[in-house]
Amino acid sequence: MITLSRSSGLTARERARRAARGGASRSVPAPLLAPALVAVAFLVLPLAGLIIRAPWGRLGSVLSGSDATQALQLSLWTASVATMISLIIGVPLAWLLARGSFPGQRLLRALVTLPLVLPPVVGGVALLLAFGRTGFLGRYLDSWFGLTIPFTPVAVVMAETFVAMPFLIITVEGALRSADQGFEEAAATLGATRMTVFRRVTVPLIAPSLGAGAVLCWARALGEFGATITFAGSFPGRTETMPIAVYYALENDPDAAIALSLVLLLVSVVVLVSLRDRWLRGGSAP
Amino acid sequence: MRRLTVVAAGVVACALAGCSSSGSSGSGSPTTAPASASSSPSASALSGSITVFAASSLTGSFTKLGTQFEAAHPGVKVTFSFGASSTLATQIIAGAPADVFASASTKNMQQIVTAGDASSPSDFAKNVMEVAVPPSNPAKITSVTDLAKSSVKVALCQPLVPCGVTAAKVFASAKITVKPVTLEPDVKSVLAKVELGDVDAGVVYVTDVLAAGSKVKGVVIPATVDASTTYPIAAVSKSSNAATAQAFVAYVLSPTGQSVLTAAGFEQP
Repeated sequence: MITLSRSSGLTARERARRAARGGASRSVPAPLLAPALVAVAFLVLPLAGLIIRAPWGRLGSVLSGSDATQALQLSLWTASVATMISLIIGVPLAWLLARGSFPGQRLLRALVTLPLVLPPVVGGVALLLAFGRTGFLGRYLDSWFGLTIPFTPVAVVMAETFVAMPFLIITVEGALRSADQGFEEAAATLGATRMTVFRRVTVPLIAPSLGAGAVLCWARALGEFGATITFAGSFPGRTETMPIAVYYALENDPDAAIALSLVLLLVSVVVLVSLRDRWLRGGSAP
Repeated sequence: MRRLTVVAAGVVACALAGCSSSGSSGSGSPTTAPASASSSPSASALSGSITVFAASSLTGSFTKLGTQFEAAHPGVKVTFSFGASSTLATQIIAGAPADVFASASTKNMQQIVTAGDASSPSDFAKNVMEVAVPPSNPAKITSVTDLAKSSVKVALCQPLVPCGVTAAKVFASAKITVKPVTLEPDVKSVLAKVELGDVDAGVVYVTDVLAAGSKVKGVVIPATVDASTTYPIAAVSKSSNAATAQAFVAYVLSPTGQSVLTAAGFEQP
């Protein structure tokens, strides 16, 4: 508004000159530039610190150590399983939230996205109280089947799924809402059953967002700390994931903590690059 | 300037220690009254707030000591940060704003002394280990050797944390191998897992079992195999409120402070 009224006070020649240059929108006002640069420094400098302090010479030996390898393997497979589960049960839920129409739908949406804003450690406590050995569900698992979930890799996967699945659900739900329903209606008119429409039309239509949601979900699962350490505890090779290994290594061997952090940083960068690619395609698809 | 402050702090500390020791020889509750009355010029010099980094196992007793210290010195505010001594030591070396460090092992105190963040720590308590089990004792544990059974789910502290180190010493002298299901970040987390009934047993300090009351049951470890850890305390040299920090250290070492610790189950160093 302000820039508009200001530019209207300019001479016609000046206005034309600015328009040719790309308009006032191209130049960054100084009051915005300075804080923006502070923000950039704040976000980038800590990462630089990680790279500057990295024990490049010892990197190989630290990362090939059994604890680090175990933690990395555990993190990779649990995050992948958590993502698979999220895809299998989360995508149908996203469809239900986007296309369904039933009472309590908004409440349901709020409930399933709650873990997104809930502090993860609270999620861990909640899981422990539900599925722990004395939890209201875990009690029966223990007495009927002799199954105890806490302190097992299953608990790690559950904690990660609990925290990460909402990322997939909201991404896919958003895509389903904005996708052109004309294709689905056309398919239905041509005699396709609802399930065929979902499989052959809807899923390919939202594929880019599905991919982005899955990557986001996987990255969140990989970085999970609070819910995992609360519900699954920590034991090397069984429940000690990368973030937990970083946390403990900082006390014992800071170089190892930095090396492990670098690996997670690298994974994050790869995730970001792949996400950006998918998001670009997602934008051009419809 | 700094040297002057330290000397002044020493004077205050001695005055305090002396006063409270004379006070505690009388009755229990008015202990602090004569202390602050007789040394009112130096006591009134104490002000501001201090942050005490203390081992998890000190949570109950130090919270009580902090309240008493604040009552004895109006205008002083004591804030605590409880955690694993190893974590706290790392934080202090990294520049965390601590004024006092109370560690559950001499090793972690030595780390900050070596780093130049404290000097001449004093031992103020000793603690021994005990097996904590849920009140129903689902695995029917009667002695520490039961922890070696593979069917028993045991929670221990991380091997770096003092309670983890001391538990390892117990297992070594009992000649048993324990395979824990989880290695927790500090002793209170071990206790919480026992209280919730998610493990059959945890190895914690005697003081933790006492503090937990009826929420856990203790299985005594025989003195012949039990191991102890010594608790040192020191003012952190970078403290911005050295006088109050030194006074708090002196308070913990004073008979009043010691009686609170003894009541919580700690032994004299």
